[in-house]
Amino acid sequence: MSKNLNILTNGILKENPVLVLLLGMCPTLGTTSSAINGFGMGIATTFVLICSNLAISLLKNFIPDKVRIPAFVVVIASFVTVVEMIMQAYVPPLYESLGLFIPLIVVNCILLARAESFASKNSPFASALDGLGMGAGFTLALTLLGSVREFLGTGKIFDFPIYPESYGLITFVLAPGAFIVLAFLIVIVNKLKTNKN
Amino acid sequence: MKKLTSSLKNMLLSLALISIVIAGLLAFVYGITKEPISQAEKQKQEKAIKEVTPDFNNNPADEKFEVTISDGSKLTVYPAKQDGKLVGIAIETNTTKGFSGEIKIMAGFDIDGVIKNYSVLKHAETPGLGAKMQKWFSDTSKPGQNVIGRKWNKDVKVKKDGGDIDAITAATITSRAFTDALNRAYEAYLKVKENYSQTNESTE
Amino acid sequence: MTYILIFISAVFINNVVLSQILGICPFLGVSKKIDTAMGMGISVTFVIAIATLVTFLLMQYILIPLNLEFMQTISFILVIAALVQMVEIILKKVSPSLYQSLGVFLPLITTNCAVLGVAILVTKHDIYKESLLLSMVYAISTAIGFALALIIFAGIREQLTIANIPKAFKGMPVALVIAGILAMIFMGFTGIVQVN
Repeated sequence: MSKNLNILTNGILKENPVLVLLLGMCPTLGTTSSAINGFGMGIATTFVLICSNLAISLLKNFIPDKVRIPAFVVVIASFVTVVEMIMQAYVPPLYESLGLFIPLIVVNCILLARAESFASKNSPFASALDGLGMGAGFTLALTLLGSVREFLGTGKIFDFPIYPESYGLITFVLAPGAFIVLAFLIVIVNKLKTNKN
Repeated sequence: MKKLTSSLKNMLLSLALISIVIAGLLAFVYGITKEPISQAEKQKQEKAIKEVTPDFNNNPADEKFEVTISDGSKLTVYPAKQDGKLVGIAIETNTTKGFSGEIKIMAGFDIDGVIKNYSVLKHAETPGLGAKMQKWFSDTSKPGQNVIGRKWNKDVKVKKDGGDIDAITAATITSRAFTDALNRAYEAYLKVKENYSQTNESTE
Repeated sequence: MTYILIFISAVFINNVVLSQILGICPFLGVSKKIDTAMGMGISVTFVIAIATLVTFLLMQYILIPLNLEFMQTISFILVIAALVQMVEIILKKVSPSLYQSLGVFLPLITTNCAVLGVAILVTKHDIYKESLLLSMVYAISTAIGFALALIIFAGIREQLTIANIPKAFKGMPVALVIAGILAMIFMGFTGIVQVN
C-alpha cells in the first residue's frame, strides 16, 4: 500500500514534472493565462497520461524494443485525439480557449518520458497510478501558475474578483508574464528544497 | 508472456495491429462525438443571433444567405422573422483591422437600421479586450461609447478618426476595428434592405 | 507585398517563441551557446519547411477528401517523425559535413511543438489553408523567427555565465526571467503592420 502511495505522491511533490523536472514547458507557459485554462489543460493532460500509461503497460510485451517509440507516439496521439473530440463536444468554450495546445499535448515530453521510463517497465495498475500522480502534479502546477497570472493580470482568480480589474497588470496575462511568474515559482521551489536539506 | 523480439515480422505485425485497433477506437469516438460537436456549434450561433435581434419565431439559420459588399467580401445574413414578417436581421461581420488576426462579430439590426445589439464571436486581440469590446460599446449609461440603439450612419468612427465614439481606453486599434466591422455590417444591411423592398414591391 | 507582411508578422510580431509560446523546450534547452543555437535554428527551419509542405498536401489531398480530418494530429506527428528520420538519413549520405553539424539536433526536433504547431495552424487559418505558397512563406518566416529568438537568447545566456546570480535563480529561473524580458521587448512590435 505504501508503495502505491509513494508512486502517487511522487509526481505531485518530489518529482513534480513542471516545477522540479522542468518538462512540458510549452503548455505550462502557453495555456496558463487564467486559472481555469491551466486547470483544464492539466485535466486533459492527466486523462491522456493515465490512458497512455495504462495502454502502454498492457502492451509492453507485445511491442518489440526497436519500434517502441513510434508505437508509444501512436498510442499517445490517439488518446490526445479522443480528448480533443470529447472537449470539442462537451466543453466548447474551454476547447476554444486552449485551441492549438490540445493537439500539442502529443509533443508534451512528460507523456513520452513516463511511457519510456515508467509504463514500459511496470504493472498496469502502478502505471495508471503513476499517470494519475504525474497528472495531478502537472495540473497543480498549471493551476497555481494560472491563478497567479490571472490574479496579477486581472485581479481575479477562477473569475472571482478580488481587486478591481483596472489595477491589473495585463502583461502578466500575456507571454512575458508566463516566463517571469514561472521563474519565480521555480525559485520558491528551489529555496524550499535547499532549506529542507 | 515473454517480450517479443525485434524481428521484422514482429515489428510490422505489432505496429499494424496497434494502428488497426487505434483507428477503430478513433472512428468509434468520432461517431459518438460528431453529433454533440455540430450541436454545440449550432447552439452557439443560435444564441448569438437571439442576443442581437428582436423576438422572432422562425429559424434564421435555415434562411441564411450571403451578401457581397463593396470590397468584394461576403457576409452571412440571418433574417429574423416573426410570423413570416421580417423584424430584424443578424449579420455575421468581420474585420482584419485589429491588432492580430480576424475579429468576428454578430451584429443585429431592426428593420429601420437601428442597431439592436452585437456579440463578439471571435477575436485574437490582447486577452481581456474581447470581453471589453462586448461591454464597452453596449454600455447604455455612457452615450459617448454606446452603439446600441443608434441609427447607424455610414461613417461611424472613433473620436481619434473624427467620429463621435469614445474608443476603449488604451485600445484605439481594437476600437477602430470594431467600428470597421460594424460599418461593414451596416453596408450589408443596406444591401439586404434594398433587395427586400424591391422584392416586396414586385410581389405587390 | 503580402509576403513581406507575413514575414514581418511571423518573425517579429507573432514570434513563435516569444509571443505564441511554442517550441519552448529547445528554446530553453539548446540555448547555452550561440554556435549550437545557430545549428538548431537552421535545422528547425529546414524541418518546418518540409513538414509544412508534406502535411499541407496530406491534409488537402488525403484527409479532407476522405473526411478523415479527425486523424489530423496522429497522422501529422507520424509524418513529422518519419520526415525527421528521413532528413537525417539523406543528410548523412549526401552531405556528411552538414550532417556533422546538424545531426545531433535532428532527433530533438520531432518533439519540438513549433513544428507540429505550424503544421496544424496553417490548416486552420482562413488565409493559409487555401494557398500552399502563402503557407510555405508563413512556415519559413515562423522558423526564421524561431532561429532569431534562439540566437538572441543564446547570446545573452553566454554573457550570463560570468554574471553573479543569486543562488536560487541559477540555471532555469534566470533564463526564464530573460525570456520574459525578451518577450516584453518583442511586444513592442505589435501593431506595426496589420496582417492575419
